[in-house]
Amino acid sequence: MRVGVITFPGTLDDVDAARAVGYAGGEAVKLWHADHDLKDVDAVIVPGGFSYGDYLRCGAIARFAPVMQEVVDAAKKGMPVLGICNGFQILCEAHLLPGALIRNHKLHFVCRDQWLKVENNATAWTSRYDNGAEILVPLKSGEGGYQADQSTLDELEGEGRVVFRYVGENPNGSRNDIAGITSANGRVVGLMPHPEHAIDALTGPTDDGLGMFLSLVDSVVKA
Amino acid sequence: MTVDTVKNAESTPDQEQPYKELGLKDDEYARIKDILGRRPTDAELAMYSVMWSEHCSYKSSKVHLKYFSDTTTDEMREKMLAGIGENAGVVDIGDGWAITFKAESHNHPSYVEPYQGAATGVGGIVRDILAMGARPLAVMDPLRFGPADAPDTRRVLPGIVAGVGGYGNCLGLPNIGGEVVFDATYAGNPLVNALCVGAMRVEDLHLAHASGTGNKVILFGARTGLDGIGGVSVLASETFDDSAGKRKKLPSVQVGDPFTEKVLIECCLELFAERIVVGIQDLGGAGLACATSELASAGDGGMHVYLDRVPLRATGMTPAEILSSESQERMCAVVRPEDLDAFMAVCAKWDVIATEIGEVTEGDRLVITWHDEVVLDVPPRTVAHEGPVYNRPIERPADQDALQADTPDGLPKPAREELLDLVKTMAASPNLASKRWVTQQYDRYVRGGTVLSQPADSGMIRIDETTNRGVALSTDCNGRYAKLDPYAGAQLALAEAYRNVSTTGATPVAVTNCLNFGSPEDPAVMWQFEQAVKGLADGCVELGIPVTGGNVSFYNQTGATAILPTPVVGVLGVIDDVRRRIPTGIGAEAGETLLLLGETHAEFGGSEWAHVVHGHLGGLPPKVDLQREKLLGEVLVAGSRDGMLSAAHDLSDGGLAQALVETCLIGEVGARVFLEADLFTELFSESTGRVLVAVPRTEELRFTDMCTARGLPWRKVGVVDPESDALEVQELGSLPLAELREAWEGTLPALFD
Repeated sequence: MRVGVITFPGTLDDVDAARAVGYAGGEAVKLWHADHDLKDVDAVIVPGGFSYGDYLRCGAIARFAPVMQEVVDAAKKGMPVLGICNGFQILCEAHLLPGALIRNHKLHFVCRDQWLKVENNATAWTSRYDNGAEILVPLKSGEGGYQADQSTLDELEGEGRVVFRYVGENPNGSRNDIAGITSANGRVVGLMPHPEHAIDALTGPTDDGLGMFLSLVDSVVKA
Repeated sequence: MTVDTVKNAESTPDQEQPYKELGLKDDEYARIKDILGRRPTDAELAMYSVMWSEHCSYKSSKVHLKYFSDTTTDEMREKMLAGIGENAGVVDIGDGWAITFKAESHNHPSYVEPYQGAATGVGGIVRDILAMGARPLAVMDPLRFGPADAPDTRRVLPGIVAGVGGYGNCLGLPNIGGEVVFDATYAGNPLVNALCVGAMRVEDLHLAHASGTGNKVILFGARTGLDGIGGVSVLASETFDDSAGKRKKLPSVQVGDPFTEKVLIECCLELFAERIVVGIQDLGGAGLACATSELASAGDGGMHVYLDRVPLRATGMTPAEILSSESQERMCAVVRPEDLDAFMAVCAKWDVIATEIGEVTEGDRLVITWHDEVVLDVPPRTVAHEGPVYNRPIERPADQDALQADTPDGLPKPAREELLDLVKTMAASPNLASKRWVTQQYDRYVRGGTVLSQPADSGMIRIDETTNRGVALSTDCNGRYAKLDPYAGAQLALAEAYRNVSTTGATPVAVTNCLNFGSPEDPAVMWQFEQAVKGLADGCVELGIPVTGGNVSFYNQTGATAILPTPVVGVLGVIDDVRRRIPTGIGAEAGETLLLLGETHAEFGGSEWAHVVHGHLGGLPPKVDLQREKLLGEVLVAGSRDGMLSAAHDLSDGGLAQALVETCLIGEVGARVFLEADLFTELFSESTGRVLVAVPRTEELRFTDMCTARGLPWRKVGVVDPESDALEVQELGSLPLAELREAWEGTLPALFD
């Protein structure tokens, strides 16, 4: 199965996302921001980093990149899309996911190993986890505070679309301790923490994050 | 705007020039006139003054730094692919990989403007590594500040930390270590040193030179602006004084844009991969003045630069300003004419502005024109490589004997019942306290190669994902030791960095340095400098590893008071398989014995205990034994190779007590410790050549037999207790880990949150 990994100018964690795809048995395919071409991939990862230097607002410029138009169209047809960190911000800007990410409540950039609780294992990216399971993955961001208006939050909570929640002290002021959410059809997932940095205990805190990429491989094989 | 051309200079030989304001001495100005056979133009004066500054020319340190190359033997040079004089040192680490690493200081800008000063310090060292042809892979930042509770430290530290993080995080380079040290002497002069390490295939090494007549000189990256012009702005005000509307100068601290640099990195790496770069040079201190003169000086021809082609971001800039601007995120490349189109295509793909600003010429002159008029015509070697050299007066400070005679022997020692509390007090003191508040603002995970990072003894990254070959790096320096004895102090810094690298299971192979000192015009400071250079070089000979590069920062002082001499030493180690790295925290395996390798003597001169409890600095630093360090390193690497060690932690500042606290807290597990008679010395002495190791019980005999056979003293000092949540010291009592954690981790947040 082919998984596209997008590189914008300023993308940083594309190599890590590609490595995670490989660890899970998929084939990572490089996608360039300026191309109107998804190269026949089965799924897309929008990785972390500082696309366009976070100019204007995180993700605000990247959403207009030619490749993102293709991603939006494909997502509407049900293609699995994962946005990690800056990728989550871009998916929110592109309105594939509701809400927005703002500056951490303590203002500092925070890099730490973060426990997350799996709240929804019915998405294309989380089927390998048990609901209620706790996983330990890195969180590294300056603007990770999830915000949405009350009715959106109610909708997300009511429909079970919160996928991951922070366990313990809320690291960035996210509302309802939200770390990740999904689209109504469970195909698009965005989260601030970095599962692609937790695929091997040698270089990450655990290999807990690998489950997301294995879940994707499962879901595409099934589909 | 009239421009001072060569023609004009020839016809106005007696025109007054503000060379003093630009930092040139009378005799230096006279020498420039002598070289040129006329007075320099404004542009020439700007170029000579920045290139002959202490920062660029190493004029006070050169005669001493020569000692490094003089003492490096062929055997030490064996793995060295590039050394002192290049942008950064390069070492062959095997499997076809070459590693390049270097440290640089950005002290003064960081005091003036903490965020931008620190950020551009990171940016500058990363471009140095890039200019060698390598992909930058990680950064480290040794930082030093005034007292932790001083009001100005609250201004400076958060800004510097945010700057280091803001730039490095956005570049996508993991920060894998460094230091945070507090001392009153750094109050008006913090130290911001930045180290970068990069990797390339051996055959991809790029050296900075401009060869081949007809080859094109390309400036690419950011536009050139008025930031970071510093002293050269006096030229503009002197010469083009327009009292009706003087231009407002931008701050002399440069302003960085890490996004531009990230794109520049990827663009350069693609250019290298396409093999369309003959020579490359980064633009750092002294900007284009430095890059053009160094490229031309190192090449085999001359160079012609059309300065009016340089893309600007300010209007009305003079040639002198363009040459000396330190606008960030710029590189200069030399390219064959037939590769020009391909070069421009790669730059266009990355949206990087690239401009052909000149070409390599026959002859040996660097000629710069401004709208067809010659504004600079110099022999480039006189600018870049044949600057002034000073043999500054050297004198051992008059009070050095008194300082060394004031030993800590008479200081009141704690009573037995005070010792446990002291362990906690020391762990909470700013220099020993957890640096998590700082390091959690740095991304340590990006690129997925980080195997160890703070608070491990050294940072470690995987270089090759197939073979698992990697490198470890540590930077260290105890300025108090160096103050007491600069020769020994430099060796102690070397010994600690060497030990830190071997404690993680890697074999040390090369050394870099960042030598931070006071004013070279003070003979006492020059004595400290000379001693430190000798100590470090002699130490490297004894350990058999070369110094591959370094940096000197002088004038670190407030008024007449110099900082503690701070020769920061960075040691690079190689590990053939990062999967066998030794972690710092205990408790990874069930049933571990704690062994102390090395010997403990009552050594408290310059110690953290004397500093924290008595505010005392005097006597002699701990004794250095580099043969012992070497043996210790060999034993640790052998132990790691044979899987005999489950954890290891170096003993340094704060002694065994601090090592125990850290290894328990990092491993989140308790331990029971039994020590010998003099508990105070056992816990707090800072004798060198010691490492605390955890050995699985099944390996204990095999490991201790090896130590005995190789003549390395060892002693059983305790056991890891997975059931316990306390550090228990027999005869003294027990410290709950929660209490210790609060002490160790609470200090910096309380001060800076």
